[in-house]
Amino acid sequence: MKHFGGKVLFLDRSDINTDEIIPAKYLTEISKEALKPHMLEDLKLDGFDPDSSEVREARVIVSRGNFGCGSSREHAPWVFEVNDINVVIASSFARIFRQNMFNCGMLAIELSESDISSLFDHKAAEASIAFDFGGSRLTISSAKGSRTYDYRISEFDRALVEAGGWVGFADAKY
Amino acid sequence: MKLTLSEKIFRSHLKDEPFPGTKVLDIDVVMCHEITTPVAINDLVARGMDRVFNPDKIKVVIDHVTPAKDTKTALQGKIVRDWARRHQIKDFFDIGRNGVCHAIFPEKGFIRPGYTVIMGDSHTCTHGAFGAFAAGVGTTDLEVGILKGVCAFREPKTIRVNINGTVPAGVYAKDIILRIIKELTVKGATDCVIEFHGDVVKKMSMESRMTLCNMAIEAGGTSGVCMPDRVTVNYLWPFISSEYADKKAALADFKKWWSDKGCSYVRVIDIDVSFLEPQVTYGFKPDEVKNVTELAGTPVDQVYIGSCTNGRLEDLKVAAAYLKGKTIAPSVRGVVSPATPKVFSEADRLGLIKIFMDAGFCVTNPTCGACLGMSNGVIAPGEVCASTTNRNFNGRMGKGGMVHLMSPAVAAVTAITGVITDPRTYGKGGAA
Repeated sequence: MKHFGGKVLFLDRSDINTDEIIPAKYLTEISKEALKPHMLEDLKLDGFDPDSSEVREARVIVSRGNFGCGSSREHAPWVFEVNDINVVIASSFARIFRQNMFNCGMLAIELSESDISSLFDHKAAEASIAFDFGGSRLTISSAKGSRTYDYRISEFDRALVEAGGWVGFADAKY
Repeated sequence: MKLTLSEKIFRSHLKDEPFPGTKVLDIDVVMCHEITTPVAINDLVARGMDRVFNPDKIKVVIDHVTPAKDTKTALQGKIVRDWARRHQIKDFFDIGRNGVCHAIFPEKGFIRPGYTVIMGDSHTCTHGAFGAFAAGVGTTDLEVGILKGVCAFREPKTIRVNINGTVPAGVYAKDIILRIIKELTVKGATDCVIEFHGDVVKKMSMESRMTLCNMAIEAGGTSGVCMPDRVTVNYLWPFISSEYADKKAALADFKKWWSDKGCSYVRVIDIDVSFLEPQVTYGFKPDEVKNVTELAGTPVDQVYIGSCTNGRLEDLKVAAAYLKGKTIAPSVRGVVSPATPKVFSEADRLGLIKIFMDAGFCVTNPTCGACLGMSNGVIAPGEVCASTTNRNFNGRMGKGGMVHLMSPAVAAVTAITGVITDPRTYGKGGAA
């Protein structure tokens, strides 16, 4: 199982699409590692710098609604994975992106809009999030304090994370 | 129990339900292209599992960057080509015979009502136009599809869209779907199938239905779907004539997939298109849509006609009807990419290619290229492209560029004037 948790990168916008996460011109790469420098390169977000230390040190992304919409490219989870970001927390996800995350043994966690807003209260305060995967709980901590949230993922998604992805699971079962 | 079309397909294809709410389906067609498949192939090889579940159910095309533009894209093509040969996949379409996946695969008759279809490409929803459940997936789902012929889904809910009224001159399927996406928003159909019904859909060609279903994903939809009817039978007849006594028998068979009267919809939308204007996007999301009259006069640097949304013969006919005898503005670069070799050769036979060339368009070979900013018409920072494609995301057709999505009709007249233009002022071209 992958490691989940660490410093948080807050992306305060809805509808962040996979072209913004990894532009199509890099889809000619056939190794995941080659994608690494290009994460979030075309993200349209005021003040966002893809080369900042905040982005480099991030281990968890917190964002708003419909995260990962658009192209089916699994290069989006891959570019997160090779940058050691194994979790995205958002108020909702596009279907293909969400499935791609779990298929890679990564976490796409949905929280309510009000819970997401309360996570964003930690935005300016160097927040980090710790995971209790077995207990389906996550805890955010920063200079503003800490708070624990329960989350829900489906049994299937949990099994994919535990199996390290869908290929191993499917090969064993079908 | 009253069922929707996709619920019927889920029941008929259900292989396993490993956990409540997770349905593993048998897949009828696994489609592959050279952008999302090589990593799956390499992973299967690395795992010592370089196998395919059924070479006859795997369809392969090199379409996104073709001819290869550099060593990396040449290598992607080679990985897919070598793999298709080593597994004796006979439906493999390489350069000279290749076209945009969601145009060439239907043209070959690979998609049938009631089928399950997956591809590592979000616009796979196009094939729902035939009454199939067709869903875009990532590379891992594709890999499992190639290996095992299965794919896992949460069963989608269904949104019904009734499209009625009289389609005005200058208005086409593209305008209708842009209007629907505006209504649904870019997430309004997430985890849903969008069913298109109504008199307007009944009268639509398969090409127009594919344009509708193609953009279901832009509202977050898993698949767009039309009920397979006489139009579907006529389109597929060259491929199915040996399977049915006559077209009537085929139609009766297809009807078993129709959504039942009284089935359950999560939402119903009624649209009267009688007063619909041509629609154009203005922002960086496909739900940011305005009437063409609100954007008229916006200068553009490039006009692109093509893609899995609007690169079929019907689309080229519409554009050529406006372009005949005209030349495009000197400030504009015009690029047209017929979506398949068949579309190209038919367009040539009908004189459309000459019309485009005489107007000053560059006619490219069939490829996805420019639509996602990979090749064959990438725009520069600060440039604006009027495009018949499906996504206006930031950087989509080139870093720092702006894309306005529109129908082939709006694109054609925009090319002539150099600014976004209402095709109705030209008075040519037929109804959808």
